[in-house]
Amino acid sequence: MAGPRAVLEAWQDPSAAPLVEIRNVTKTFGNFYAVDDLSLTIYPKEFFSLLGASGCGKTTLLRMLAGFERPDSGRLLIGGEEVTHLPPYQRPVNMMFQSYALFPHLSVADNIAFGLRQEGLPRQEINQRVAEMLELVRLSDYAKRKPDQLSGGQRQRVALARSLAKHPKLLLLDEPLGALDRKLREHTQFELVNIQERLGITFIMVTHDQEEAMTMSTRMAVMNEGRIRQLGTPGEIYEHPNNRFVAGFIGAVNQFEGRVIAQNEKQLQIHCEITDSNLVVHCEHEITLGTPIAIAIRPEKITISTVASETIEKSENQLTGCVEEIAYLGDVSIYHVRVAPELLVEAQLTNSARRHTAPLTWGDQAWLRWKAEDGIALLE
Amino acid sequence: MKQRSTLVFSCMAFGYAFLYAPILSLIIFSFNESRLVTVWGGFSTKWYGALLENDQLLGAAWISLRIAFINACFAVLLGTLAAVALVRFGRFRGRKLLAFMVGAPLVMPEVILGLASLLLFVSMDQLLGWPEGRGMTTIAIAHITFSTAYVAVVVQSRLGRLDPSLEEAAMDLGARPLKVFFVITLPLIAPALTAGWLLAFTLSLDDLVIASFTSGPGASTLPMVVYSSVRLGVSPEINALATLLVLIVSVGIIIAGMLIQQKKPT
Repeated sequence: MAGPRAVLEAWQDPSAAPLVEIRNVTKTFGNFYAVDDLSLTIYPKEFFSLLGASGCGKTTLLRMLAGFERPDSGRLLIGGEEVTHLPPYQRPVNMMFQSYALFPHLSVADNIAFGLRQEGLPRQEINQRVAEMLELVRLSDYAKRKPDQLSGGQRQRVALARSLAKHPKLLLLDEPLGALDRKLREHTQFELVNIQERLGITFIMVTHDQEEAMTMSTRMAVMNEGRIRQLGTPGEIYEHPNNRFVAGFIGAVNQFEGRVIAQNEKQLQIHCEITDSNLVVHCEHEITLGTPIAIAIRPEKITISTVASETIEKSENQLTGCVEEIAYLGDVSIYHVRVAPELLVEAQLTNSARRHTAPLTWGDQAWLRWKAEDGIALLE
Repeated sequence: MKQRSTLVFSCMAFGYAFLYAPILSLIIFSFNESRLVTVWGGFSTKWYGALLENDQLLGAAWISLRIAFINACFAVLLGTLAAVALVRFGRFRGRKLLAFMVGAPLVMPEVILGLASLLLFVSMDQLLGWPEGRGMTTIAIAHITFSTAYVAVVVQSRLGRLDPSLEEAAMDLGARPLKVFFVITLPLIAPALTAGWLLAFTLSLDDLVIASFTSGPGASTLPMVVYSSVRLGVSPEINALATLLVLIVSVGIIIAGMLIQQKKPT
């Protein structure tokens, strides 16, 4: 985690005024709970991500903020004002659609001007605002083109410009980078964050791509089955997942199921059935003996070597097994080590030195070690 | 390879000959010098000239064109409304029934449609006093009933392919639903509307059965006049007129087909 901050972030400051308040909102489609009694508060100038697999309710939540769906119960407030039952055209919110939804019969400039014309602004102001927006997304030379004469990346930028033209308080983005290829996506991620910081508009983005959410967001919510499973900064969620679902959903993780057999000071001793070994993990809370618990450990926090350590400290774990798979990714190598008949452990080794032959190869016996404080104790 | 292409070619030639030989012979004989329809007497365009002086035929043509025009306009209006209801308002009670019923006139025998319309008009005349007698109005109304079905089918397929987020985006940017319909939806389905209009126009122009049931004194459409004069012997003037009709109808159908098949803009 980052060190202590000089200034409180908005979500840590009790006196900050929230921009978006979602209060106990539920939305069902037939018997299916798309959003289930969900509450969430988002502050001005945040870049907030809703992350989850398809069907987790993130898009429904976004569409309720835009006004395309009405919640069955609960309230939505934007800037302190109730918008629960306002139609989309009366909300101070704009949305960027996954399909971009550019009007095919209008030119780029007319697409961007569409929202401004609905406000009845004078022509001169509209032209000026459109020019500004075109400059912002670097498409000034394309004003007269039709959407079908643009590349995918250019269309994405027109969609962004159109949704920003009215200077909304809040911009909703539905998988904004989903249709772009990988290289363009990485570039566009930074561009989106830059634009967001420059304009100071609050962004709420829906995505299923955890890397995207981690790179771009100030805070994010991991959703599953219509509920928020964890809310926090990308760092908090990666390093301190508070349940098995989030630990498994964000990044790669090894999980060891077991029961608490001892606790001294801030260290739990756990007996893991599947490896038939005792493991230690750092934990701040008092846990009753016998409680089922999981230890999650990220692959990059495991050290892998060919020899057993002579002296294992009390706060260290060691397991051994046979190397089954090696994936060489250039900067890192990933090893799959079978520590028990039904358990493969993933460990990551940074290739910090240039060499052609790996220190370990298929079939070798490997020793895996990690510190108690690098593991995460998961009760839920 | 060569063998197959000859085979394919002769199949195609035979098929098209079967379809178009009658029409082609009609067009050729419309330029016949001789008064005898089946005997070639040299090339001439005199029957086109004679046609222009035939008031009965031209009057009927004028009636037909007016009916076709009114029919096409109303059919587009009603058909579009039905299509919008079917595609845009999601699932409502009776949606399936309505969808089926919109298409039913497409497969209903014309004789039944014509007879049913006649019965309705007669009883309405007796009960309500409208439509008074039978004539252009009743033919037009009867045509509108079946043309609407064609328009609804064409517009429905176009609307169904439209990305619903286009309308949502317009609303999101501050346009009210009615404005969204006129500024976004309507321009995007315009090709289907034009296609539907042309289709309705040509369907009405060459309908004989329904028109015969629902017409009254002084309101004979062109197909009716052609049919009755053919019974007294084919005049070469009819050939000339038929050639012109073929021309109008095929232009209409070709344009309609091009508009229906036009690639969906995204």
